[in-house]
Amino acid sequence: MLSIRNIVKQYAGHRALDDVSLEVPAGQIFGLLGPNGAGKTSLIRIINQITAPDSGEILFNGEKLNQSHIERIGYMPEERGLYKKMAIGEQIVYLARLKGLSNAEATRRIKNWFEKLQIQDWWNKKVEELSKGMQQKAQFVATVLHEPDLIILDEPFSGFDPGNAEVIKNEIIELNQKGATIVFSTHRMESVEELCSSIALIHKSHKILDGRIKDIRNSYRNATYVIEYSGNALSLNGNQPFTTIDETFSDETHTLRLKLNEGATSNDVLQYLIPQVSVNRLQEIIPSVHEIFIKQTK
Amino acid sequence: MNKVLLIIQREYLSRVRKKAFLVTVFLVPVLLLAMYAVMYLIYKNSSELNAIRTVKVLDETGQFAGKMQNKSTIKFEDVNKPLTAARKDLKTHKDDILLYIPKDYESLKSIQLLSEKKPNITVSMAIERQLNDIATNNNMIARGIDTSKIKDVKSNISISAKEVTDSGDKESNVGALYGVGVAGAIIIYLSLFIYGAQVMRGVIEEKTNRIIEVIVSSVKPFQLMLGKIIGVALVSLTQFLAWIILSVVVSYIANKYFNAPQSPMLGVFASLKGVPFGYIVSCFLFYFLTGFLLYSALFAAVGSAVDSESETQQFMFPITMPLLFTYLISVTFLAQNPDSTLAFWLSIIPFTAPVAMMVRLPFDPDPWQVGLSMGLMVIGFIFTVWVAARIYRVGILMYGKKASYSELVKWFFYKE
Repeated sequence: MLSIRNIVKQYAGHRALDDVSLEVPAGQIFGLLGPNGAGKTSLIRIINQITAPDSGEILFNGEKLNQSHIERIGYMPEERGLYKKMAIGEQIVYLARLKGLSNAEATRRIKNWFEKLQIQDWWNKKVEELSKGMQQKAQFVATVLHEPDLIILDEPFSGFDPGNAEVIKNEIIELNQKGATIVFSTHRMESVEELCSSIALIHKSHKILDGRIKDIRNSYRNATYVIEYSGNALSLNGNQPFTTIDETFSDETHTLRLKLNEGATSNDVLQYLIPQVSVNRLQEIIPSVHEIFIKQTK
Repeated sequence: MNKVLLIIQREYLSRVRKKAFLVTVFLVPVLLLAMYAVMYLIYKNSSELNAIRTVKVLDETGQFAGKMQNKSTIKFEDVNKPLTAARKDLKTHKDDILLYIPKDYESLKSIQLLSEKKPNITVSMAIERQLNDIATNNNMIARGIDTSKIKDVKSNISISAKEVTDSGDKESNVGALYGVGVAGAIIIYLSLFIYGAQVMRGVIEEKTNRIIEVIVSSVKPFQLMLGKIIGVALVSLTQFLAWIILSVVVSYIANKYFNAPQSPMLGVFASLKGVPFGYIVSCFLFYFLTGFLLYSALFAAVGSAVDSESETQQFMFPITMPLLFTYLISVTFLAQNPDSTLAFWLSIIPFTAPVAMMVRLPFDPDPWQVGLSMGLMVIGFIFTVWVAARIYRVGILMYGKKASYSELVKWFFYKE
């Protein structure tokens, strides 16, 4: 869908993006992660042709990105809003017409969307009469109304209450199932794990990792396990196939975190433990995206 | 291009539909109507005051009787009655005035003007003047001075100003030219700021609403800026047009219903006859439009650089300085010296030309000067729109950063 190649963007005094390359495969929900000021918004603005890169190029479905692609992209920026004094229906029609829809077509589609989100009676309301969450819903409709192939959402859930966030999340999934590729940037890692199939992490103007979430998490496995057992505390004789990270005791349960020795397996651990204690649980610790994020951006 | 039209349409409609717009469109003709009404009332009143009043002259000296000359509103009649009887007559003839000249008329305040209704100041002054003239005349005769010779040596000069042109001399009314020039300059000055500020406020609104990034993901910042400026320009033209049409209608109605043949407005219109209005109105529209494009582009750039209207001060001052200066000296210096070197330069430099040239236009500056000024106006607005667009495209996406001049320069040099 999107091939980003060697993008460099220099602002006076600092380099916002330094040789960033990544691939966004078609049909995916792609998470663009990174701490504040990493360069995410700069990259998103370049994809939306709001600014141009100093060097590098972006291919949209194999074509060099150009003005004709604007109508196939839907963008909901982090800094978003609507005209306060304008009626909401009229306003979305206006935004849709700027994306190339006809007046009649835009009106028809908005009516459908408003029905779907059960906000039919909003049409003539002014934005200033709506709550923040309601405005966000209207904004979301404006973003996807022209049925773009690529939808870019910058912090889509900020400002939503959990109920509305759920509604929007389901809409995102539905749009994706209908064939839209979705790029979204967020700080909420749990929504990344829930929605995204691939991610890229940008830190200090560089892309530091990207790929499928499953692959990335697996690559960050480091043979650590958590074990819960009951009975007396374990006494180690020095021949155990692991090193202890820490151990806690509460509710009659010992919780032990350990790291396997070189060449050892989880079975070796069980064989060592079973004679001494009764093991209730053994699980490998696979780092979450959140932990990887923290570790990588420290 | 289609998108620019959409933007123009939104900018235009969102302003024209506002109540404030409708109020200002109709307020001006209403004020004009009120002005006509007031002038009509004044006229009506004054015609009552100007009713002919009879002045009975009771002259105990015999020096004045028969010598008082009737004026358009004063008729003199001599009476030969005792003062008390004459005073009694005033009760029955309430409009009459009794002029009583006692024997010792030369002593202070001894001549009396008596009436039931207070005579107005013009009547009493006219009588006083006549009495003085007659008394002076009498005194001269008494001293042996030939009064007919004095009449001969008195001169009566009045000047008629004429302008020498190829098609013959033409009556030139300096007062009217001055008025038209200054009025045009003031209207241009005020509208440039009123509508320029609307552009600026629109930009700040889009920035603080955070809708700007949504829009520039669909259109180029330059298209948005241009659409906004043209939209507001059309709003201002609509307003002017509405004012002109409504004023004509109101004047027509006023003429019909407040039928006032001696209304002071007629005098004003008559004195404007020598002014080439078609030419001046077209020049007005040209200078307003190009001046508006020039200044509103700069205002848009200022709006893009700030987060709120209160921060605009530091940028507005230097931008508005040249025009403010020209405006301030337009009434005093420029209108009185329309052909001076300073007036020439101010009417050539695009930043000051809209005001300065408007003042000069009624005084017929050389066509080449007007042509040069207009050409430079076009170049000037293209230049400021270009500069402003480069600042604007960066500024609209900058939040929370207090912009300084060096910052603006940096933005200007940013690549796309």
